[in-house]
Amino acid sequence: MHEFWRNVEPIIYEGRIKVPYSWQAGETATYFLTRLRDEQKIVGKKCPKCRKVLVPPRKNCPFCFVHTDAWVELSGEGEVETFTIVRRGTRIQPRKTPFAYAVIRLDGADTRFVHVLGEVELGKIKEGMRVKPVFAQERKGSPLDIAYFKPVG
Amino acid sequence: MERIAIVGVGQTKHEARKIQDSFADMVYEAVKMALEDAGMGVNQVDNVITTSNDFWDGRTISSMATGDVSGARGKNVSCVEGDGTFGAFYGMTRILSGSYGTTLVTAYSKGSESESPMITNAAFDPIYMRCLGLDLVTACALQARRYMKRYGITEEQMAMISVKNHLNALSNPNAHLGLKITVDDVMKSRKVSDPLKLLDCSPVSDGAACIILANEERARKITDKPVWVKGVSFCADAYLLGDRDLAECKALEKAARKAYGMAGIRDPRREIDVAEVYDAFTYQESMWTEGLGFCGPGEGGKLAVSGATAKGGDIPVNPSGGLLGAHPVIAGGLIRMVEAVRQIRGQAGAMQVKDNVKIALAHGVNGVCGQSHCVWLLGRNPN
Amino acid sequence: MARRTAIVATGQTYHKSIRRDVNGQELINEAVVRSLEDAQLTMDDIDGVIIGNMDHFEGINYVDCWSIDGSGGYMKPTMKLTTGGTTGATLAIAGYHMVASGMFDKLLVIGWEKNSESDTTGGIITCTDPIVERPIVAGAISGLACEAQAYMHKYGATPRDAARVSVRDHKHGCNNPHAHLRLDLTIEDVLHSPVLADPLRLHDMCPRTDGACAVIFACEGIAEKITSAPAWVLATANRHMFSDYSDVVQMASLLSMVEASKELWGKLGIKEPLKKVDVIEMYQPYSWAGMMWIEDMGLCKKGEGPRLIWDGVTDMGGELPINPSGGVICTNPIGATGLIRAAEIALQIQGKADKRQVPDVQLGVSTGFGGNWWTDMIAFGKKKPA
Repeated sequence: MHEFWRNVEPIIYEGRIKVPYSWQAGETATYFLTRLRDEQKIVGKKCPKCRKVLVPPRKNCPFCFVHTDAWVELSGEGEVETFTIVRRGTRIQPRKTPFAYAVIRLDGADTRFVHVLGEVELGKIKEGMRVKPVFAQERKGSPLDIAYFKPVG
Repeated sequence: MERIAIVGVGQTKHEARKIQDSFADMVYEAVKMALEDAGMGVNQVDNVITTSNDFWDGRTISSMATGDVSGARGKNVSCVEGDGTFGAFYGMTRILSGSYGTTLVTAYSKGSESESPMITNAAFDPIYMRCLGLDLVTACALQARRYMKRYGITEEQMAMISVKNHLNALSNPNAHLGLKITVDDVMKSRKVSDPLKLLDCSPVSDGAACIILANEERARKITDKPVWVKGVSFCADAYLLGDRDLAECKALEKAARKAYGMAGIRDPRREIDVAEVYDAFTYQESMWTEGLGFCGPGEGGKLAVSGATAKGGDIPVNPSGGLLGAHPVIAGGLIRMVEAVRQIRGQAGAMQVKDNVKIALAHGVNGVCGQSHCVWLLGRNPN
Repeated sequence: MARRTAIVATGQTYHKSIRRDVNGQELINEAVVRSLEDAQLTMDDIDGVIIGNMDHFEGINYVDCWSIDGSGGYMKPTMKLTTGGTTGATLAIAGYHMVASGMFDKLLVIGWEKNSESDTTGGIITCTDPIVERPIVAGAISGLACEAQAYMHKYGATPRDAARVSVRDHKHGCNNPHAHLRLDLTIEDVLHSPVLADPLRLHDMCPRTDGACAVIFACEGIAEKITSAPAWVLATANRHMFSDYSDVVQMASLLSMVEASKELWGKLGIKEPLKKVDVIEMYQPYSWAGMMWIEDMGLCKKGEGPRLIWDGVTDMGGELPINPSGGVICTNPIGATGLIRAAEIALQIQGKADKRQVPDVQLGVSTGFGGNWWTDMIAFGKKKPA
């Protein structure tokens, strides 16, 4: 290491890359998100080949590589397959720590839905717990129009 | 498959913050080391593959930063964005296609320069998932819990992996985090996202690695210790976390099956002498040992406490300390290859598992929760 | 075991400035489905997928993993490559090596970009070194304008000369149903369009486009079963040199093109490319390059580019048509652009180029440009190489 380096304060350039994005959701996702926003309904889409109901819905089935066709309205209820209690906070999380993310098997769907849990005692969350969505007051066509899932009953 | 060998390897010391080095400096160091290791001049390198990631670098066209120092001037060059094991695969095909005799492959990352949760959050689908604020750690915590619950694997069993790998890292002059710790230390370490605690997680390190591949003719001219590629394959699973059962690693099983088939391996536990796998978290080493066939499904926990995966065990895993010991993100898998090569050559120093290492496995992962895997089988003998 | 390898099928979207009806995965899927239809194959027949785009244009990390739904990579080997603007050409070259190596028999190669989703210039600026260059660089256009100024200064070319190149490509684009811009422009139209960065005007420059292209590579023995006219890869050559824009010292000459083309012609045993090559799809992001870089490619001496252009040599019907598809000036989904060049050459060789077909193509060349003034070149032939 050079003598110079030993005696100098390293220069650090603090950069912030600002590239704004506007992601087009496409027809399929737009349909899903508008039904969340306007009707507080969760819908899935069915693959004609493997008959799986995909949620969130896709224009084509990732497993069969064919276009999905039928929309399926779901009750929104389901059960927790797994979860984690987040302890370390980051700037981009939707809730303050500690809070829980969950992988949820929605009734009537074949793929799992990932979201956050709320109105729940973190220590009481269990696999198999039945949950239902609580919709946000202000909704704008985003997955967070569902504010969280809470235990049923 | 025509015979391909690794003839030179190099890596920097991996550290929390290599403040004195730019990307180019780190890569240059690893490249020089690999060239010296091979006894080659840069003009004996026929073509170059750099491996990098625009997000981790904060730079689009990240390959611009390290092409020159990788020796690409005046040569054909390309860039893979993903773990170094994938870059090495492409580098290998450029020899097998008959176009080049040698390929130099580099991989690097400077995790210290960015906020990891933001970088990994960008891997999530912008329409359906990004707003949930998931990052690699919280997503892997979901996987860890799913996996452990399904098979009754305990946090203490996983903690053993942390103890083993951090201890192994003490013998590794390039490692970032060599520590002598106990299961209790791991269990008491700060909770990050249940069930993951600080010592269950790999650090994010700064570092670079380089390997040089050659066809048989050139390999035999360059070195008397070529390490042969016996088999290699890669495979990607479904993308959205909810599209698969996180307790399963079907993509790894498929890649391993294919790679073992190429290498003629029928009983991986018996025939593989040492394995360097991509342990971004303790539970991952356990899952991958199952996916690689070192034990049955759900038995990774038992394997972890049995001593079998320790340096002196019958299937040593990560004698280098693995990613738990050092994790420059994009270079993680390429470093596994470097360590595997050293084991076969008998040059692993205090990490050497035994005298006669014939077959070594190196493994890399791309994407979140082990979505995409690349498995390499390396051997001392060509046939 | 090294094998001869060809492009056997292609698929492209109908490129537009903004596709609001699809997200990135669905855009990719359109091109992929078309290429499978072209090959009369299903996704089950495909052995692997390689894909590329420029990350900061869509803001998605690990695109190979993210794109699985649309690319068909589920439970297949999937990998991403990216080299800036020349990503598409990099992908085509990788397609060749991956199949020629024997590791894949049929490989799907996808290039795509949804430029409408981001600030293109903002994204491009991040390619520069953050400490040394980023504070002063202003995207791609200004750099190209500097190059054009240097060329005018050294060889006396004029904006009218450049406009003639633009007119050629726009006219060609009218024959291409996939092209984004299909405008029959005159020289005056170009010369009166707004100035972007002197001497570049709007119609000298490529647009930003949403689009995707998918190409299927196959090895000998299989290629011939898929199509009666595989476009065989004869040779590839590329140079990606320099780390900073300020390293690129020869401004009136594209050094990477000089070196890459020398290597390519050498591999093909060609001394007079103007005579031997039947068609070129050149990654020409702006009109001036159409004069400068054909000189660097060895089609004519330095400074003679304008003469070749005015003589109609590079028009449809000329001795060596360039960009029958309309080229990059008509369509520019950046990650796909280089791959579209290769796909268009494949279509030329296969005789499937419809209104933009050049008669009797035996040898075609596609190029890629991007990054720090880099060049990638691929030569395709109708006759299977020896």
